[in-house]
Amino acid sequence: MDTRAEKTMQQSAFIAEGKSQARPKGRFALSPINRRRLTNFKANRRGFWSLWIFLFLFIGALFAEFIANDRPLLVSYKGEILMPVLVDYPEEKFGGFLAVTDYRDPFIQDEISANGWMVWPPIRYSYRTVNNEIPVPAPAPPSWMLDKETRCSRYPLGVDDPNCTLGNWNWLGTDDQGRDVVARLIYGFRISVLFGLALTIASSLIGVGAGAVQGYYGGLVDLFFQRFIEIWTAIPTLYLILIVSSVLVPGFWTLFTILLAFSWVALVGVVRAEFLRARNFEYVTAARALGVSNRVIMWRHMLPNAMVATLTFMPFILNGSISTLTALDFLGFGLPPGSASLGELLAQGKNNLQAPWLGITGFFVISIMLSLLIFIGEAVRDAFDPRKSFA
Amino acid sequence: MEKMTELPLLSVRDLSVAFTQNGRTTTAVDHISFDIGKGETVALVGESGSGKSVSALSTVRLLPYPAASHPSGKILFKGEDMLTADEAALRKVRGNAISMIFQEPMTSLNPLHPVEQQVAEILKIHRGMSDKAARARVLELLDQVGIREPEKRLASYPHQLSGGQRQRVMIAMALANEPDLLIADEPTTALDVTVQAQILKLLKELQKSAGMAMLFITHDLGIVRKIADRVCVMTQGKIVEQGPVAEIFADPQHPYTKKLLAAEPKGAPPKTDLSKPIVVKGDDVKVWFPVKRGFFRRTVDHIKAVDGVDLEVREAQTLGIVGESGSGKTTLGLALLRMISSTGRISFRDREIEGFSWKEMRPLRRDMQIVFQDPFGSLSPRMSIADIVGEGLAVHFPGITAGERDDRVATALEEVGLDPDTRFRYPHEFSGGQRQRISIARAMVLEPKFVMLDEPTSALDMSVQAQVVDLLRDLQIKHGLAYLFISHDLKVVRALANDVIVMRAGKVVESGSATEIFDSPKTDYTRALMAAAFHMETAAEGIVSE
Repeated sequence: MDTRAEKTMQQSAFIAEGKSQARPKGRFALSPINRRRLTNFKANRRGFWSLWIFLFLFIGALFAEFIANDRPLLVSYKGEILMPVLVDYPEEKFGGFLAVTDYRDPFIQDEISANGWMVWPPIRYSYRTVNNEIPVPAPAPPSWMLDKETRCSRYPLGVDDPNCTLGNWNWLGTDDQGRDVVARLIYGFRISVLFGLALTIASSLIGVGAGAVQGYYGGLVDLFFQRFIEIWTAIPTLYLILIVSSVLVPGFWTLFTILLAFSWVALVGVVRAEFLRARNFEYVTAARALGVSNRVIMWRHMLPNAMVATLTFMPFILNGSISTLTALDFLGFGLPPGSASLGELLAQGKNNLQAPWLGITGFFVISIMLSLLIFIGEAVRDAFDPRKSFA
Repeated sequence: MEKMTELPLLSVRDLSVAFTQNGRTTTAVDHISFDIGKGETVALVGESGSGKSVSALSTVRLLPYPAASHPSGKILFKGEDMLTADEAALRKVRGNAISMIFQEPMTSLNPLHPVEQQVAEILKIHRGMSDKAARARVLELLDQVGIREPEKRLASYPHQLSGGQRQRVMIAMALANEPDLLIADEPTTALDVTVQAQILKLLKELQKSAGMAMLFITHDLGIVRKIADRVCVMTQGKIVEQGPVAEIFADPQHPYTKKLLAAEPKGAPPKTDLSKPIVVKGDDVKVWFPVKRGFFRRTVDHIKAVDGVDLEVREAQTLGIVGESGSGKTTLGLALLRMISSTGRISFRDREIEGFSWKEMRPLRRDMQIVFQDPFGSLSPRMSIADIVGEGLAVHFPGITAGERDDRVATALEEVGLDPDTRFRYPHEFSGGQRQRISIARAMVLEPKFVMLDEPTSALDMSVQAQVVDLLRDLQIKHGLAYLFISHDLKVVRALANDVIVMRAGKVVESGSATEIFDSPKTDYTRALMAAAFHMETAAEGIVSE
């Protein structure tokens, strides 16, 4: 009985909200429903802050080359302005002989500073840069755990060496191949999130489409499709990936395709259920009576109904995709050796228990990333939940 | 108001209810006072949103607190103020001294509990009865509320019962602890007229034998007249008039009461004219749903939703189809519009359409439209009114410009009595009656020849019903529309239909001109339907469903 009183209250609130509403202006004007969703989303403080933190980290990671790189951002050499971040200059330009300039080489650095200047990114390592100046055997602890003497001991000029600066610190130490952990984290975070997002979007598109078709048409289409999915999901994904990756060289797109082939089924069930429910709604029958085509009915009238269910599952699919990639990397079946990946960092942490900064860093980065995404997902789900109007 | 010699059982004094949401406060009930004496039936009437249910729920504090609050007032039940009573005291009263029955018996019963468990639960909680004693009492109660062979029904689940039986179980639950006050919140609204008459009769009898008081909430004045001793008329959270039923009905004082009393659908359909061309003709129309069993899904039987119906609808005339729920009225209508597959000949303006595919039907959709019962369910909540009404135009007149489409939408809205400036709003911002007008506009904007009206007034308040009936009649005369009017509400059918078909279990029981059927019904079934609809009287057993 509460629900009826609730409904009345919601309605009165709706009407009060809608009063001032006139013709929507412009393409991006929000309808009253969307405005309510935005308010609901903002009302979930945790999700709202998570979104900002995540966006900050993600956008930052998108520009990883400008934050952590073994090349300067800008070089002025003999009156010429060069951008090594974007362009590969051969070393001949600076009097060397290599095909690609190694800007960390003291010889090149001297040459450039004698004829101009250069601006380094805040972290002077890329994900594959090996730090040859670490004072202790790799994996080296974070630089702030060492005193200045030790830190600079491997540089030719010791404490006075211009390269023994903050930019060359290993803030979180190095891994067992002497590569900077922070740099690898930034790149690894970027590839994980991009992989996760791409896989989620692609599998949602396929899953929603397949679920919609099954739910809307029902009957034989539904019957055969469901049996197919049952057989398909019975294939053990992980073993298949292990087999495939031992035959093919696993890369970003290979992994993406294999995982996509199995992850799209996640949404089919819920979307199909929503469509089965919605196809008997009166406004759907009304649209059919108007002669509206099936495709338009599915898109315009029924898909919005499946939205809440889809959005509820989305964060889990996203996190699932990210952790699958991490797991594969951890096992060594993931991205090609040498690429930045969080799973590989965890594997190193496991192999080097004497270097706890590897395992701890990997653990925190992965758990914070997954938590942020779940919090955001929760807030989005809340925002789209029609019943969550006054909590 | 009559003087009471003894203290009233329930005394509501100066009660207000307010809801607060996002800092906005709306007053749902505004300083109302009324009394219910022992053994008395008081009816609370008013249209939806008038605060009837909220007032009733306040008496046992069942509102969603703290969103709801009571800025003023007292509710004295046997001298104790329910608004200040603590939770433990309230629990003793709820379901025990005061019990309630609700409108929708399907959702009020737990779908996973059999009848015995539903009813026995209350007995066990409030009386601490043993399983055996509870079972005996449950059987007694089921017998009391008129469920035949109660032993066989003990293990039934709600979905295995008919609507009337479910409501009887609800009543049995309410009566389990012999309450002093029964609050009935529109207990018959979801039921067929024939079943409604039975339930009202049952309530009246039970009340007399148990000597309990009843607070009866309804929007139907016919029920008030039938069942109540006194009536309180509510509108916009206020009681505008109260007194004995006979007095109020004979001599209403407040303009709102007068309006309510005058609000029955009136008028007669346009003259029957047999020279008008036939728009839709059905010949032996059958809709059979196969029942499949076994491993090979063999068809062992059919559910005959519509079983051989002949009909004709003429231009500018209305064919009414009446019958209880489940009699196949809507299925017949959908079959005529070729929305579901059927056998038998169907012709539309001399074209045989029964073999048409969905594609072939599409150009004809313009000419045959539907208006549905539920004005809340039939409009997509995520589209603006302009988009909803304009959707059909985009399909059938793809050539017209956006501006022209907008003009046609505006004209259609104006024609159904809505302000065209509201067309950028969303359905939730409109009342039930306005929404039904939007549904009508959606059908009318295509300038159809034939409109199927599927209980278009059932979900609406009485005064709105009358307006919608008038609107439909005006549109019919103006555009020469042929209507197929499906309803279980005979009053509305009488105000619109030229011819009537009475259906039962998929078959035609009786058909003929409306005057003939209403004035001299030939079959017992039709007579029972009339008695229930116009006088709320029950028929002998076996003629109608229960």
